[in-house]
Amino acid sequence: MRGATLALADGMVFEGRSFGAPGERVGEVVFNTSMFGYQEILTDPSYVGQIVTMAAPEMGNVGTNALDQESARPHAVGMVVRSLSETPSNWRAEQSLDGYLQAAGVVGIAGLDTRRLVRHLRTHGAQMGVVSSEGHSAAALVERAQKAPGMEGRDLVSGISASAPYEFSEGMPEIFGTERPPLGRRFDVVAYDFGLKRAMLQLLVEAGCRVTVVPATTPAVEVLARKPHGVFLTNGPGDPAAVPGAEAAVSALLGRVPVFGICLGHQILARAVGGRTYKMKFGHRGANQPVKDLLTGRVEITAQNHGFAVDPDSLKGRAVVTHLNLNDGTVEGLDVPDGRAFSVQYHPESSPGPHDARHLFARFTRAMAR
Amino acid sequence: MPKRTDIHKVLVIGSGPIIIGQACEFDYSGTQAIKALREEGVQVVLLNSNPATVMTDPEFADRTYIEPITVDVAEQIIDRERPDALLPTMGGQTALNLAKALAEQGILEKYGVRLIGASLNAINKAEDRQLFKAAMQKVGIPLPRSGYAHTLQEAKVVVRDIGFPAIIRPSFTLGGTGGGVAFNSDEFETICLQGLKASPVQTLLIEESVLGWKEYELEVVRDVADNVIVICSIENFDPMGVHTGDSITVAPAQTLTDKEYQRLRQAALAIIREIGVDTGGSNIQFGVNPADGRMVVIEMNPRVSRSSALASKATGYPIAKIAAKLALGYRLDELQNDITRDTPASFEPTLDYVVVKVPRFNFEKFPSANRTLTTTMRSVGEVMAIGRTFKEAYMKALRSMETNPLTFAPPELPSDPAERAEALREGVRVPRAERPAMLFQAFREGMTVEEAHSLSRIDPWFLRQLKDLVQEAATVAAVGGLPRLDDALLRHCKADGLSDRSLAQLLGSTEGDARAHRWERRIRPVYNRVDTCAAEFEAYTPYLYSSYDEEDEAPPTERPKVLILGSGPIRIGQGIEFDYACVHAAFALRAAGYETVMVNCNPETVSTDYDTSDRLYFEPLTLEDVVEIAAREKPMGAIVQFGGQTPLRLSVPLERAGLRILGTSPDAIDRAEDRERFSHLIEKLGLRQPENGVARSAEEAFRTAERIGYPVMVRPSYVLGGRAMEVVYDATSLERYMREAVAASPGHPVLIDRFLKDAIEVDLDLVADSTGDVLVGGVLEHIEEAGVHSGDAACTLPPHSLSPELVERMKDWAVALARELGVVGLMNVQYAIQGKSLYVLEVNPRASRTVPFISKATGVPLAKLAALCMVGKTLAELDPPRELELKHVCVKESVFPFARFSNVDVILGPEMKSTGEVMGLARDFPTAFAKTQAAAGVKLPTSGTVFISVKDDDKPAVVDLAKRLRALGFSLCATAGTHRYLTGKGIPNEEVRKVKEGRPHVVDKIVDGKVALVVNTTFGKQDIADSFSIRRESLMQGVPYYTTVQAARMGVGALEALARGRLPVLALQDYLKG
Repeated sequence: MRGATLALADGMVFEGRSFGAPGERVGEVVFNTSMFGYQEILTDPSYVGQIVTMAAPEMGNVGTNALDQESARPHAVGMVVRSLSETPSNWRAEQSLDGYLQAAGVVGIAGLDTRRLVRHLRTHGAQMGVVSSEGHSAAALVERAQKAPGMEGRDLVSGISASAPYEFSEGMPEIFGTERPPLGRRFDVVAYDFGLKRAMLQLLVEAGCRVTVVPATTPAVEVLARKPHGVFLTNGPGDPAAVPGAEAAVSALLGRVPVFGICLGHQILARAVGGRTYKMKFGHRGANQPVKDLLTGRVEITAQNHGFAVDPDSLKGRAVVTHLNLNDGTVEGLDVPDGRAFSVQYHPESSPGPHDARHLFARFTRAMAR
Repeated sequence: MPKRTDIHKVLVIGSGPIIIGQACEFDYSGTQAIKALREEGVQVVLLNSNPATVMTDPEFADRTYIEPITVDVAEQIIDRERPDALLPTMGGQTALNLAKALAEQGILEKYGVRLIGASLNAINKAEDRQLFKAAMQKVGIPLPRSGYAHTLQEAKVVVRDIGFPAIIRPSFTLGGTGGGVAFNSDEFETICLQGLKASPVQTLLIEESVLGWKEYELEVVRDVADNVIVICSIENFDPMGVHTGDSITVAPAQTLTDKEYQRLRQAALAIIREIGVDTGGSNIQFGVNPADGRMVVIEMNPRVSRSSALASKATGYPIAKIAAKLALGYRLDELQNDITRDTPASFEPTLDYVVVKVPRFNFEKFPSANRTLTTTMRSVGEVMAIGRTFKEAYMKALRSMETNPLTFAPPELPSDPAERAEALREGVRVPRAERPAMLFQAFREGMTVEEAHSLSRIDPWFLRQLKDLVQEAATVAAVGGLPRLDDALLRHCKADGLSDRSLAQLLGSTEGDARAHRWERRIRPVYNRVDTCAAEFEAYTPYLYSSYDEEDEAPPTERPKVLILGSGPIRIGQGIEFDYACVHAAFALRAAGYETVMVNCNPETVSTDYDTSDRLYFEPLTLEDVVEIAAREKPMGAIVQFGGQTPLRLSVPLERAGLRILGTSPDAIDRAEDRERFSHLIEKLGLRQPENGVARSAEEAFRTAERIGYPVMVRPSYVLGGRAMEVVYDATSLERYMREAVAASPGHPVLIDRFLKDAIEVDLDLVADSTGDVLVGGVLEHIEEAGVHSGDAACTLPPHSLSPELVERMKDWAVALARELGVVGLMNVQYAIQGKSLYVLEVNPRASRTVPFISKATGVPLAKLAALCMVGKTLAELDPPRELELKHVCVKESVFPFARFSNVDVILGPEMKSTGEVMGLARDFPTAFAKTQAAAGVKLPTSGTVFISVKDDDKPAVVDLAKRLRALGFSLCATAGTHRYLTGKGIPNEEVRKVKEGRPHVVDKIVDGKVALVVNTTFGKQDIADSFSIRRESLMQGVPYYTTVQAARMGVGALEALARGRLPVLALQDYLKG
């Protein structure tokens, strides 16, 4: 059994056991409080450049499988767990979490006090860290973490966005053999790929969309040339201010076609109307965040994964705050009435997480039908 | 949406006596609900017949009715109190059924009372199988496939769709009589034919078998604005086929992918919306096929439940409290999360730990019952444990059970290898209480996870964890001695939940040495908070559990504090009464300015509510766990005398470990419990006890019994609740008893007492302070004669047949005993009166089962007073009322779980069998007794035939009863001896045959519904055996029965009271005003 070390930039060090790939990875250390869906979390491109700590202690119980991938591969560079199951048990399991991470080159550390780590991050903020199974001294690892560039201002999108446009036409996988009506195809949607999760596109397809995915840097004119019914802004990693060209493109689209943005897409939309975004202390990552729809008064339990947020005071009436996080009052949704655009900070596609907000995809198609 | 403005007064229904399937979790939820409602300025009227509950304390609700939970009583209460609304979701099935009846009979409408929490429509849709099925079809949620059949032909058509195995359930038969599981068409035909015969309406429900599927529960809460949240997912360790109350369960679910979990969650949301529970909580159970993920819904409870209590304790989210507020019209986002303070209640708790619940059984009290666990719940209690991992939580839960063999001690198995292997396979395959031990043993003997899974259908993930634990234990054993155990392995074992005691066993050492070694190596637990949010936010509530992780989150305060040890899992003999006493200690000491620190592991209780004490340690009640807590909290002392035997047996070792025991000293407790020391005490004070002796062998037993004279009462030493206590009538029986007792616990002596035939038994409870001042709380006279366990006997306060002089003498003796023992706190004395002689049977210098009953009867909070005396207050300071002149009388009656245990005799004896109690208050004994019968679910008849068969000694006494029954219009029948006797006294009665005299006999009459009431007393083993089927059949047919002439006399009085008209009701607060 090989040892592993997790070192944080502020000097905090944890010792544990190595799993997944051996080696050393530098990333922002964050925590996620979801009790289910570690595979979806690992493969969510929003985790590019991050070391994700799972607050729930038992990990690997259900192994991994081909259908629970949110993208082609894990994007988190490291995974931190309290207790790792060597042998998975689930009818869909194809591989153990350990084997899966090994193949994907993700460095894991297990057997440390993850609650202590979460409490530390909660108090001192998410920060850069190093996970290593290479036996370097703790001091050396801390130093590496301190020298690593932070998340602010880093363009993480360009490296993972689609390199060329492509069509996406699959609906949600039918894992339980339930029969569904054939999918309609009424709307042409262009989706900006800032680091997308598959479930978003699948739900657009389910809602009756023909989806064309385009690279993050695609200029607005090229998008408009496709004469879409609507434009969709996906989630993605890191700082919205650092995505090259995105603000300008979205700004040019507003008022021309309905726009729906999720997570990073939401933040980019806010910036496109002149709003400001800022880095949060430790962000929201989990599947239990209560969000209130200010129009209906309804509360939805939402899946979230973001480290930046929109400053409501910066919007100056150019966008209306429609949703609030009930835990901390941060902005969760925007409406740009003049621009026929709306967005949410949380993940209505969930995966993992509650399906409470999946109706937003229908809201998008309603906007396109108008 | 703010709170409704049209609700000022709410009627809350409790769940009545503790029975299997409905235990103190409803005291927890009801207590929470009442507090929540009163916080909102709403007046609360409470109906609950159970005096042992915290919720029925006179200061809890505005108006408290300790009355039978019946339509008639409820209507009278509604008429008197005129509540605006009825909250039916806090009192289990009992409350729901009552609310349903009140609604259906138009009573709620008549008085303008609204149902809040769950509408009649929602209750019906959830409870009626056909309506439920239709509702599920509407929202596309599958149920197990099923169909009805009225003939064999129809049945064959139905089963074609369903396939084998198929479950056949005949309609309207008790306890599933005539049904079964068919694995092929031959079996199917046989079972269907027998089922059609058994069903009075010739109807069979044929259902797809989901045996062996995975079972899940979701606890769901919905508000008036249709916001729905899932509080907790629970995964059953035991697959479908074992009642969830009898299953080991785990939270959160461990073996689901997000896609599978969200499907359950979506289904749960759709179900609660379609059923229409619009403000409150529900429990929804699902089955999932492990082979392909197919999901079916099993059932839904539109109310708080045992599982919601578990979910509340598992997550820190107080479901009942929130549900009560939602019922007043609040929305979830308008309510706060108590634990984080700054975040709202409209979120879903997330856990960064694992919770394991293990049920506690009492099969040893019902030796003739089949021990295989089924879909009929038979556990009497449960424990919960919290750990950072499944292993840790599981091991903590097993040691909380206080039944050691569940861990690593090998179960009893045959030594022949082939037989042994077969026994192990059976032990793994068949769900029984001891399966955890069997699983460990099977892995120890090399069984693979695959084989264990194919035998048990338990998910391989759980089995793998158990196998890992077994391997770990082997690694420890191989170390070969405590000094050679290295720190890394020790730390690893502790983190996986292995107790010092287990480690000591594995290393051939003692628990004390293992602890000393661990302390020396500085390997100590830390304490984590249950915070609802996996540490995302700061938690303010010190609701704590131990782990061997790195960071302690809840350093103790510097305040003067008292440690209160709870009572662990509920079991027969150690019930809710002890939790009541602990809760009262916490309340009283908190009010007096002490910090209260509670330790308990029972998730059903009020004591483990996070706001009952200042700090709550949800931990096993073992020496190891308590010593660790005491070492960090450094309390001024501990109260061990309120939680029953569980904390009491820790008192000496705790004292030795340096913890001060408050109140009565462990030595005084020992003086009362140790046989010889007790005899010296009695002698010294010049009191009297029944002649007795101790025997370690059959010869010694014969000599002692000869000296004392038969019949004698025999019991093993060191037992609880009269375990294995018997009245022995002759030398042959004594020989058998000694053989079994000595085999069961070699080396332990058997205690032999003269059996005081036809004696009256009395309970007396008192509080004493450190100055020797004594307050006698109450004197309870048993209705049944001595020989019936005091926990099972009905009793009255004040005594109904004793002279004032005798009562004074009992008080004097009790005061003398308390002073001699130096009791500070509670003390209970049991007396027997035979003729003119008074005997002391037992002295228990601790909380007793009767304390809550007496406190309800008199309004004097004995447990609170006692707790205050234990921290040095005097009775003179506290100044409780003395020498109360009550204008009312109170009767306690016990309720029994016999119907759940096939083939078990209902006769009462020295071994306690009851699970709960009810109280009747009235101005006279017959009315109070009639109330207890109604409250205990005994439906007393108003006409028909009374069957009488009594032993010779009782024959003179029964004459008067027979006459009075005749006067009430009953006809009589009797077996030969009683028939001749009554006829001789000029009382007309019909003779019926005993069972052994050929047919048609009395049991045929009972089965045919021709008997309205049974009076059957017996003497001696043969007599008891001969009349077994009379009592058993009466029970199964719901015919009231009395097995002692004293109870029968009370019963006849009750019939007379009933004949005078409806039973009047009065609030406890009114009774106590006098």
